[in-house]
Amino acid sequence: MFAYGFMRNAFLASTFIAITCGAVGVYVVARNFSFLAHTLSEIGFAGAAFAVWLGIAPLWGMLIFTLLGSISVGELSMHSDQKESAISAISALFIGLGVLFLAISGANSNYATNILFGSIIGVDKQGVIHLVVLSIIVLLLIFAIQRPLNFDSFDHIGALAHGVKSGLVGVIFLIALAMSVSIGAQIVGSLLVFILLTLPPATACYIGRTIPTMIAWSVFFALIGVWAGLYLGFITNLPVTFFIAVIEVAIYLITYFVHVVRHNL
Amino acid sequence: MEDILEVKDLAMRFDKKTVFKNVNFKLKKGSMTALLGPNGTGKTTLINILMKLLVPSNGSFKFSADVSLGYVPQFRNIDAEYPLSIEAFVGLNAPVIKTDKTKRAIKRQLEETHLLGIKDTRMGEASGGQKQRAYLAQALLDNPDMIILDEATASLDPTAKEELMGLIKHLNQKHKITVLFVTHDVPLAKKYMKDYLYLNHGTIQQGKMDEFKGDYE
Repeated sequence: MFAYGFMRNAFLASTFIAITCGAVGVYVVARNFSFLAHTLSEIGFAGAAFAVWLGIAPLWGMLIFTLLGSISVGELSMHSDQKESAISAISALFIGLGVLFLAISGANSNYATNILFGSIIGVDKQGVIHLVVLSIIVLLLIFAIQRPLNFDSFDHIGALAHGVKSGLVGVIFLIALAMSVSIGAQIVGSLLVFILLTLPPATACYIGRTIPTMIAWSVFFALIGVWAGLYLGFITNLPVTFFIAVIEVAIYLITYFVHVVRHNL
Repeated sequence: MEDILEVKDLAMRFDKKTVFKNVNFKLKKGSMTALLGPNGTGKTTLINILMKLLVPSNGSFKFSADVSLGYVPQFRNIDAEYPLSIEAFVGLNAPVIKTDKTKRAIKRQLEETHLLGIKDTRMGEASGGQKQRAYLAQALLDNPDMIILDEATASLDPTAKEELMGLIKHLNQKHKITVLFVTHDVPLAKKYMKDYLYLNHGTIQQGKMDEFKGDYE
């Protein structure tokens, strides 16, 4: 399978995607941002459609839209009591825009399917380089703010009491999250990138008891998902995203049931 | 004994509602003071001002020059599914990559707060008393000379209350930490605190705890 260039690209890209989304996801779950991650996926779709209309690579359109989207959603939900409604409104607007851009760009439905559901042959060599560089930027960003980010994500009130600059940390994290969504969507697709940002870390919460162990488990589960998904997709010729989704959900449910059973014995 | 805190003419208004005004008091180094008052009289507001989380409408306050403050807020978002262990939670107030010195400091605070034996228990599964002691341990990691606790015993059963108060008394006596303890539990304050501040009817009174006769009207 590695005889094919596109499979080597896909493996390399998804390895970095899994590491980035697995690590960032731990904070998504800790900060209760799962719904936001989902919305950003949809915003990413609109961005990709925008890029198609402009005639540039979808990754850049996604980056622009998710960055704008995450900061506006973040701001709105911080100042509004109706957090979920604010996110819904923005999400509706962006899906509408996505549909519009796809229609006026005249791209065929196959292209739209690739954006929404991902594609293994979606990443060329240059794309891989972009993904790897962006992943490293995200990881460095997270590492640079790790101390206040950990405190603020896992004990917001305690962090405020200790004078942590919660607002600044929140904005930097939203930037990292927007970039992760754009990166992740390249293989998994914009509709399902939230899987990698929420399920592996949610599973890791049942196992790890410290932040480093949670990140390690989360990255591990994300890697299992994308690697096995790519392999199964390759040999069956069925969508990779389907396998990734099924694998991550299965790991999550098994861990959840083991957790429940252990606690009721 | 010199003063650790001096509050002058402090006032707080939200829109047109005055929470309190003309609040004047001093706290001595090593003192153990209960901040008493019925619910809604502005105890937490006063603490938030002292912690610089709120800006007062009027007046000023000054801590002594080299004071290090520890603050244990009233509410925390720790639900039953909260994943971090007690040790990891306490260590949130330290870098992720911990030097031996930091590890020792965390261990010492866990020992001090009687949590070392259950340090790997998840915070979500810890009892109310264990959680409060973990909050305290987290604040103690900064080696504060003064600690402010907001309603720390409010949701605890009698045994857990006594254990926490015994611990606070120990911190005051052995480590000379100045304590400001916010509560509306007068009998508990009489048992453990030496002085009181009584916030009611928009202003404050100060005195010795065993002479306290608050009406709570």
